[in-house]
Amino acid sequence: MESLTLKYFGYFIGIGCILTPLAGMLASWVDRKVTARVQWRVGPPLLQPFWDFVKLLGKETVVPRGSARTVFLMAPLLGFSAVALVSTILWSTIVHPETGFVGDLIVVLYLLMIPSMAVILGGFASKNPIASLGASREMKLILGYELPFILACLVAVIHTEGSIRLGEIIIYQNPETYGPVGAKLSGILAIIVCVMVVQAKLTCVPFDIPEAETEIMSGPFVEYSGPPLAVYKLTRMMMLITLPVFLVILFLGGMHFQGWAILWSILKVLLFLVLVTLIRNTNPRVRIDQAVRFFWGPMTVIAVAAVILALTGN
Amino acid sequence: MNLKMKALTKSPWVYHLSTGSCNNCDIEILDCLTPRFDLERFGIQLVGSPRHADALLVTGNMTLKSMPRALEVYNQMPKPGVVIAIGTCSLGHGIFDGSYICPKTVDEVLPVDIYIPGCPPKPEAIIAGVAKLLNKLAGK
Ligand code: SF4
Repeated sequence: MESLTLKYFGYFIGIGCILTPLAGMLASWVDRKVTARVQWRVGPPLLQPFWDFVKLLGKETVVPRGSARTVFLMAPLLGFSAVALVSTILWSTIVHPETGFVGDLIVVLYLLMIPSMAVILGGFASKNPIASLGASREMKLILGYELPFILACLVAVIHTEGSIRLGEIIIYQNPETYGPVGAKLSGILAIIVCVMVVQAKLTCVPFDIPEAETEIMSGPFVEYSGPPLAVYKLTRMMMLITLPVFLVILFLGGMHFQGWAILWSILKVLLFLVLVTLIRNTNPRVRIDQAVRFFWGPMTVIAVAAVILALTGN
Repeated sequence: MNLKMKALTKSPWVYHLSTGSCNNCDIEILDCLTPRFDLERFGIQLVGSPRHADALLVTGNMTLKSMPRALEVYNQMPKPGVVIAIGTCSLGHGIFDGSYICPKTVDEVLPVDIYIPGCPPKPEAIIAGVAKLLNKLAGK
């Protein structure tokens, strides 16, 4: 038992706290480079996200007067540890689909919400009206996108005969037997919903209402500086790789690392990543009421339709 | 050179502080971020909060009203950080010389690290100035 605990702790440190941040920095670079190319620019060098992170670590930490000091400083760590845990679960299921525990899908869904919660906590703790405004917008956004997101994830569960274990979902989507969920009509609808939700979870442009740089100056982060800000940025970068991987597991049959399959796996993740980047570069920002209406209206309807289609086997 | 300074020169985030400019210098700064000049190549980003900034881009005269505010913003910037004065106004008083509204120049209020002259300076001049500053920091 003890050795098992030790093994999982090792996974957490190795995969969650070292490999995923590196992968996240790479994803962030891809995101910025694609953005730059879309805008006809050259874009940042490969190591840019790394330098940003190191630089922020070396800066002074300013804690605003009158803020809730402990919460202010702990909130970034909360978000970081949640994403690190999620990525550990996801990667270890990808490598060993037969391990994992019943209900890890639900755990992952919960944990994926915590980074947003951390942003809200940090925003409210920093005693800045702009940060509070951003945090309250983030809260409304969460209320908006959680429902369609869970419905869309349900589609994969229904297709794999009600399995709520990520490993089983991957095994079930083996191309020789059942094929990926994303190849079904309901799967396609669910992917559309999920990509929109990922956009909102990452607070990328059509839904960057909580951060709105030109309007409320990066919202909840406005008072953050130095290492806490670095942790927030790192969390964001890790989400940038974790969410596409999660979607690949649910809808495109996971990733495989034997021979040429590795290339195909990377392509699948890149597909979602570049899709998110392109959407964020070609859309204007919406208002918070429009965003909530969008998620509760069309997106929920599409998600429900996908669930019904999945139940009838399409 | 230590890692901290090196990282700073690799990704300087700038905060744009106008202390009473005629707005022309500010437009030239925004010009630097357009695809034609693309400052992101050097990791330079415009940020919205002084807490995220590594460099203050100060434009314009230091007016009486903006003096305490400029100091406040400077103190809000986490150290290490630099101050870059852009435009003839912020170097001396430029066309506002002798005006009752600006008793002090920018460098009498803030510790300026580099001056970029011009009314307004061309984007090329701003980029050259920033590059010189980065070299200076890297040489330290
Ligand atoms: S230097 Fe010239 S362009 Fe710049 S703020 Fe002063 S008057 Fe305007």
